[in-house]
Amino acid sequence: MFLNIGPAHPAMHGVIQIHAELDGEIVRKADIEIGYLHRAFEKHCETGTYSQCFPYTDRLNYASPLINNFGFAAAVEKLMGLEIPERCNYIRIIMSEISRITDHLTCIGASAMELGAFSVFLYAIKAREWLYELIESVTGARLTVSYARIGGVKADLPEGFEERCQATLQKTREVLKEVDQLLTRNRIFYDRMCGVGIISADDAVDYGITGPFLRSTGIEYDVRKAFPYFLYERFAFDIPIGEHGDNYDRYLVRMEEMYQSIRIIEQALDTIPQGPTNVDSEGNVIDPDLMADLGKFGKTSGLLKNEVLIQPTLQGSEKRYHDRVRAKSKEAWLPPKEQVYSNIEALMNHFKIVMLGHGIRPPKGEAYVAVEGANGELGFYIVSDGTDRPWRVRCHPPCFPIMAALGKILVGDQVADIVPTFGSVNMIAGELDR
Amino acid sequence: MEKSKTLEKIVGKFSEAVIDLHSQLGYDTVIIAKSALLEVARFLKQDPELQYNYLMDLTAVDYWKRTPRFEMVYHFLSLKNKYRVRVKVPVGGAEPEVDSLTSLWPAANWYEREVYDMFGIKFKGHPDLRRILMYPEFEGHPLRKDYPIQKRQPRVGPK
Repeated sequence: MFLNIGPAHPAMHGVIQIHAELDGEIVRKADIEIGYLHRAFEKHCETGTYSQCFPYTDRLNYASPLINNFGFAAAVEKLMGLEIPERCNYIRIIMSEISRITDHLTCIGASAMELGAFSVFLYAIKAREWLYELIESVTGARLTVSYARIGGVKADLPEGFEERCQATLQKTREVLKEVDQLLTRNRIFYDRMCGVGIISADDAVDYGITGPFLRSTGIEYDVRKAFPYFLYERFAFDIPIGEHGDNYDRYLVRMEEMYQSIRIIEQALDTIPQGPTNVDSEGNVIDPDLMADLGKFGKTSGLLKNEVLIQPTLQGSEKRYHDRVRAKSKEAWLPPKEQVYSNIEALMNHFKIVMLGHGIRPPKGEAYVAVEGANGELGFYIVSDGTDRPWRVRCHPPCFPIMAALGKILVGDQVADIVPTFGSVNMIAGELDR
Repeated sequence: MEKSKTLEKIVGKFSEAVIDLHSQLGYDTVIIAKSALLEVARFLKQDPELQYNYLMDLTAVDYWKRTPRFEMVYHFLSLKNKYRVRVKVPVGGAEPEVDSLTSLWPAANWYEREVYDMFGIKFKGHPDLRRILMYPEFEGHPLRKDYPIQKRQPRVGPK
């Protein structure tokens, strides 16, 4: 029998279509049709400036947008040779790991719901909500965060973040324990997941699969360990691996990864450096751009002492936080907000960076930078022709190769097994179709 | 410039096919002639020392107004050595075509379909070369530089 599943089916979280050829209940052939959410991400990136790409990257993997943000920023920084401050690296790690937990919670919660365990979904989403609140307090948004900047992040962590984060992680741990108690030894869940959707290690490598999906087959590859970026090499964490490459192992790997993420965040919170604080609004320490200003226009030094109140949405990007979270590089340096509001030089500097036709200009060249997204290796390949717009932006989405292999994984399983297998892929149409 | 082991090996074995090589920003890159692509890829995969067992990414870049116009970009990863290499292949002509890597990596299947969809580059030996992100009735190849971003086409479903 020939059966069309999707693109709009209650058990398909994400728009794809599976053309399945069935023999009774057994799937004999499955052809996956994708592209329903294609939004021309790569084409649009070529038309705007580098900074204008960030909102698009939010919408790639919308379950963990911060990781996409940082991945794209890291690729441009690589191209420009920018060094970002230590504290900024720590912030990026903390926010990435929080995003990884939200992503895995979504995946596990949704898969469990599709197998009938609706309460698990509610528990998982409850914990995700706390983490989203945390993200909201830092970035100002829950989903469309656009928090990264080339050479840094938008703003420093808000006051009291560390305590709130610690408390939230503690609560999240309890939720994970609850989820674990509800699912791991649950007879129904176990029978539906174990031995279903098996992929061998060789196949996974041949298909180019990375992330939890690969690790469930027993191969220990994690970009954070293999090619440490930001400052991941400083943190102690383990890479959980599975054995059988089935849905149940993928569930276990994801559960353990969340604990490891919590471990990383806690270490980072303990050791996060306060960063250079050599600049305050009194102007005790004079940094290079201020010195140039003083030399040329002596009067501006008086203006700088004016107390400028910035909008609440820009909090954390004032001058006293600025050096902690932004690279000290003239090519990509957005001046602190109270200076933009109070003196003409900083305003001009700001416009030179953000205006169309001016903007950040990485030198000619190409760079491929990979970060460990929630689903696997998320790579950005950027070609610059020396102008303010990227010549080519290529996003290597982690769930694309998994979806390519899905047609093969489903064969031999029953129709009902499509749902947990597809759930364990954690397909995010936003990054799959771009 | 000191060459890495990978580049050295490729140059040693395929000296005629290598057009250029560099390690810009610490990423080994080799540009080879189209005819040698399959051989170089097979060598990278099967060489016992290099073992580039991952085809991590496959894409193309349209250098409009340059000849040859397109460039195929392959990113390989060796899990054993934790090392990456980039192989680039210039492709041009009115009907650009390169060899398919599907015989070596099944991963190439969907990537190549995407490149065909977006750039109109054909792949010799590909088992199932059809559009993947766009619908079959779509005209043109959207990531080509001469495809205007504002262009609209009617969305038509399968007949």
